[in-house]
Amino acid sequence: MRAEHDTKVKERIERLIISIASGKGGTGKTTIAANMAYMLAHSGRTVTYIDCDVEEPNGHVFLKPDYVRKSDVCVPIPKVNYDKCNFCGKCAETCQFNAIAVLADKVMIFPSLCHGCGGCYHLCPEEAIEETDRPIGVINSGTGQGVNFIEGRLNVGEAISPPITRALKQVMPISGISFIDAPPGTSCPVIEAVNDTDYVILVTEPTPFGLNDLKLAVEMVRALHLPFGVIINRADIGDDRVDKYCRDEQIEILLKIPFDRSIAESYSRGDLISLKQDDYGRRLMDVYKNIESRINGNGTGNTQR
Amino acid sequence: MELVILSGKGGTGKTSLVGSLASLAEKKVLVDCDVDAADLHLIMKTKTGPAHDFICGSKARVIQDKCMICGICSGYCRFGAIKNEPDSEARFGEKFWIDQYACEGCGVCTHFCPEDAIELIDNVSGQWYISETAYGPLVHARLGIAQGNSGRMVSLLRKEAAQIMEKNKFDLTIIDGPPGIGCPVIASVTGAGYVMIVTEPSISAFHDMERLLQLTRHFNIPTGICINKFDINTDMTARIEKFAGDTGIEILGKIAYDPGFTRAQVQGMPMIEYADTAVTGQIKQLWEKLQNNLMSAGKKAAGRKETVIKLN
Repeated sequence: MRAEHDTKVKERIERLIISIASGKGGTGKTTIAANMAYMLAHSGRTVTYIDCDVEEPNGHVFLKPDYVRKSDVCVPIPKVNYDKCNFCGKCAETCQFNAIAVLADKVMIFPSLCHGCGGCYHLCPEEAIEETDRPIGVINSGTGQGVNFIEGRLNVGEAISPPITRALKQVMPISGISFIDAPPGTSCPVIEAVNDTDYVILVTEPTPFGLNDLKLAVEMVRALHLPFGVIINRADIGDDRVDKYCRDEQIEILLKIPFDRSIAESYSRGDLISLKQDDYGRRLMDVYKNIESRINGNGTGNTQR
Repeated sequence: MELVILSGKGGTGKTSLVGSLASLAEKKVLVDCDVDAADLHLIMKTKTGPAHDFICGSKARVIQDKCMICGICSGYCRFGAIKNEPDSEARFGEKFWIDQYACEGCGVCTHFCPEDAIELIDNVSGQWYISETAYGPLVHARLGIAQGNSGRMVSLLRKEAAQIMEKNKFDLTIIDGPPGIGCPVIASVTGAGYVMIVTEPSISAFHDMERLLQLTRHFNIPTGICINKFDINTDMTARIEKFAGDTGIEILGKIAYDPGFTRAQVQGMPMIEYADTAVTGQIKQLWEKLQNNLMSAGKKAAGRKETVIKLN
């Protein structure tokens, strides 16, 4: 039994995915994800940082990767073969997103509304619809500060970002420790980023905005049945209501980082704080070890679910 | 005139500034378009109005009695939303089932189920409210967890605000926008009169602002910049100012870092009501400049309309 358990533990350690999210923007997700990734990589682990804030990716500012690969992310959109089309209108009727309108002698397609579900393609009685690829963003990858680096970028003007996040997760390495830097909020792009990860770190700050958005984020991770804990950043700037909320809800506070103007200044320059402040990096390493032991079942059983 | 406050990067101080502008502006309606993490109501002394359901799109549902477990549906679903592995105890005994978070409501599965065992049902995406605040009416919403209809929710809030504006003969709508450049941001800016980007002197915020500026240029909306916490990194502030000068974008104001913003927020009020400091002076100057810009943007827009009418 013991041996079997150990093997299982080893398997888990070999692939661990931690996502970093927050309801509110600007609480320090990227700083924490990039610094934790850097610290672990420098302790000899294989680490990948994945920037899933595809609308406004910033991990590159801190990890300064050398890019080695770039690929387009495409979504399928319909293309009408007018030799076959008889303008019956079935495609427009099927489309739940109003992305197709059929006129007397023309079929209009609105690519920005299309979700790429393939409904029109499958259901056209004349088989007059083909699908073509439309690029909506790119995935860049490389290495920076010893960390494997992958980021997604939505093309400016495009509205729908989840396909890029899905593509990022497909190119995520199958071994090692991966950190997923999620976008702010609690809607579909965030779900896409945190879903199917082993643990979620929610970053917040002790202010009314921080608390309100933390509650929404907690509701989200609970709905997804993901284990999670909270890091309170700039822990001394506001009041104690975030503390109290976490206590009442029995949510583990993984770390409190006090406000430090020199951290804000380092951040503004795009410096990795753990390169300048040993203590900062060490504390993030401790948080990581705590999470790792919990996921491997050696913890005290307090992990939220 | 709709004024939209955006930032690209989250946490630069959009909502705090909107709170203060709301206190300075007269005859206006407020809209919180950050529908998945709305915070403006927390500093406006808000009396929340009645909740209205926002029904948008649909989700598939498997009728368990009819499902014959053939699995044809899952082959057609491009969103990986149809599952049949037991996910948790609550699902025990079910056959195929739909992951509500993954389903986009395209309905393709319903067409291919040979047993007619899948139906599309209306989806409640969230709730929206028209509330009274100490600074005028506020239209805001709460998007349900994991909902994908933030853009359409934003459009609805703006429509409601337009009606309030017309009914009360107001001249201004102040929109607190969401972070990012995607769906809800696009829905917040299309057709708006003026965009103010709240940035801060960091490489990240600068980078995000550049992407956002591409977006407002794409939609042809006059845009100005406010540099918040400008004294955190004066070199970076100078870089933003130079960039703005080179690209012909106006700096509407610079606001110093002040922990008073957080204290005001803890007290549930806008900074400008909370204290009278150097920063509140800077906010007032910002508002003066912003008003001038709104007026000239309004005149230009009216001029464009007239030209169109003449051309017709």
